[in-house]
Amino acid sequence: MSARANILGKLRNSLAGTTPRPDEFDERLVTAPWRYAPEDRIDRLRSLMEAVHTEVHPCRSDNWPELVAELLNKRNLTNLLCAPSKEHGRALQAYFEATEQKVELLAYDQPVEAWKEELFWNVEASLTGTLGGIAATGTLVLWPDRNEPRLMSLVPPVHIALLKASEIHDNLYDMMVAQDWAAGLPTNVLLVSGPSKTADIEQVLAYGAHGPRELIVLVLEDA
Amino acid sequence: MSQRIPVTELPSDFRGRAEGALADGQLRNNFRVAMDSLMSKRANAFPDADEREGLRELGNRIKAGALSRLPDLLEQLEQKLTENGVKVHWAETIEEANTLVHDIIEARKGNQVVKGKSMVSEEMEMNDYLAERGIECLESDMGEYIVQLDNEKPSHIIMPAIHKNARQVSKLFHDKLGEPETEDVNQLIQIGRRTLRQKFMEADVGVSGVNFAIAETGTLLLVENEGNGRMSTTVPPVHIAVTGIEKVVPNLRDVVPLVSLLTRSALGQPITTYVNLISGPRKPDELDGPEEVHLVLLDNGRSGAFADAQMRQTLNCIRCGACMNHCPVYTRVGGHTYGEVYPGPIGKIITPHMAGLDNVPDHPSASSLCGACGEVCPVKIPIPELLQRLRQENVKAPEQPQQVKGGGAKFSRRERWIWRGWQMLNTRPVLYRSFLWAATRFRALSPKKAGPWTENHSAPVPARRSLHDLAAQHLDQNGGRPS
Repeated sequence: MSARANILGKLRNSLAGTTPRPDEFDERLVTAPWRYAPEDRIDRLRSLMEAVHTEVHPCRSDNWPELVAELLNKRNLTNLLCAPSKEHGRALQAYFEATEQKVELLAYDQPVEAWKEELFWNVEASLTGTLGGIAATGTLVLWPDRNEPRLMSLVPPVHIALLKASEIHDNLYDMMVAQDWAAGLPTNVLLVSGPSKTADIEQVLAYGAHGPRELIVLVLEDA
Repeated sequence: MSQRIPVTELPSDFRGRAEGALADGQLRNNFRVAMDSLMSKRANAFPDADEREGLRELGNRIKAGALSRLPDLLEQLEQKLTENGVKVHWAETIEEANTLVHDIIEARKGNQVVKGKSMVSEEMEMNDYLAERGIECLESDMGEYIVQLDNEKPSHIIMPAIHKNARQVSKLFHDKLGEPETEDVNQLIQIGRRTLRQKFMEADVGVSGVNFAIAETGTLLLVENEGNGRMSTTVPPVHIAVTGIEKVVPNLRDVVPLVSLLTRSALGQPITTYVNLISGPRKPDELDGPEEVHLVLLDNGRSGAFADAQMRQTLNCIRCGACMNHCPVYTRVGGHTYGEVYPGPIGKIITPHMAGLDNVPDHPSASSLCGACGEVCPVKIPIPELLQRLRQENVKAPEQPQQVKGGGAKFSRRERWIWRGWQMLNTRPVLYRSFLWAATRFRALSPKKAGPWTENHSAPVPARRSLHDLAAQHLDQNGGRPS
């Protein structure tokens, strides 16, 4: 007998004569306490994210590339990983070229194996879009894909994320249902609620444990 | 290169280890400070008691519901994961699980493994197993890394190195890594970050645990703050997740309340920095992620606990650690005293099914039954009730059927006779009164030694007059009724 058959057999044997418990999921318990007026969502998300060391900047579709340049220059960063295949990547590229920015724009356009060393040790910052945000917990939702792969939001020490104000949901449950996640998930879905951190030594909070030291969220208020 | 790491030796029994821990002022202080802080963080994370209780009830229903159709859910999970391209393996014992993991690594000719935090891999003693076979298995969670570097075992399921302070970590990094000493926690973490980044890049295989396995979508959900879990499950070409068979939930929506309960109960955080949902290996058009994803489903005694409707509740556990944070015994003796993978209240009720009650006979009684663990459990496991049940199983006579693995280890015929005598004494009035009369009159003859009790306490001596006597006298003097 295989381990599988043995385990399932034992479990079935223990359940003999019983009926499964009814599904008693009460969605109000995970939604009602976490409802916000639309105008309060950004503030809620912002205050929660700031509490965990995240910079949140409200901006607009026409001025965010300028703000990115400013943020990078302030930190003396020399390169930024972003996706030229995405609309926001092209917008940034156009702005950087027009204003002759010194920051080098890098693209994640080859398998990680081909440039692991460079990605791990030389990329200083990255910029990605998001699928949306969650006001209840101060969370960004990322669905990495070919254009913005999984490691893009993890390996560089500074991660800048673009969030459209209209895509901030009240709570995770609402977002899952609105977008019908249960119908099928991509390879990897990420909920990100701040820069990487640890409290493993004496419970003292330290940022930049293995992932980004800094998370910067640009909220596009008109998008 | 790799060799078996000797684990720091401690006395072999709970009492011996407890005595050592109680006398260690530094350890006591490290735990007291940490547990006080974790308790207040949890309290602050649940400001609304009604919301908290509603969510705990929901958490309990989801887990109990999932267990009530566990075999079907496991099959559904397997089917969905397989459709998604994940290979599912089953193991009844830790030997089987280790062999499965080893075979997967061998097939890739791997010799470096990097591990995200996983309690099931601790159960399996995977690090030692692989090290004996020439495979380096490095912990990447900061706390686990520190503990592994010092040849220790975790002392808390969420905060593995909670027993150490910054000075001790600094000395460790200095001795083992040749780093300059510093008590600055930020600098210590940066040392860990640099060292481990290199390891993530080089690793052939990444190993992780699973917080929730979602049957509906075939998804493995992991929560963490550091990013080492994401690294371990994304950078190496192979990802092996190991988990217990009880971690499956039916629907994606179920993880909304469960994750909230988990992170708030464990750390007082509304959510962890990362919630990582993995539903398959790298697709042909994707640029990163592992080429292979494996899930090892481990039984290791869980189906034994499952067979008993009362003990089945232990499988509700979502491994938040709130019960140990709130336990007055754990806070004083620390995690290592328990001598097992899972310490504290939850450890006391799940270890017997894995190791056998006869191997941990002191665990059920290392509790004041204060009830704090049951009160804070996010999925409402009645831990005190289960501890009492295990106390009964512990002293079951050999001729009775044993319902828990290794039950009856503390059975003593002498004790059984003493209790019978005591029962007789207390149920027969004539006997009771004569005993009382004799005990008060001949109190000087009462024994000076009463087992372990008198090691730390003075021996009990009966009073000159019994309460019965005094009450009778009082009633005589005050004319019948108490005034």
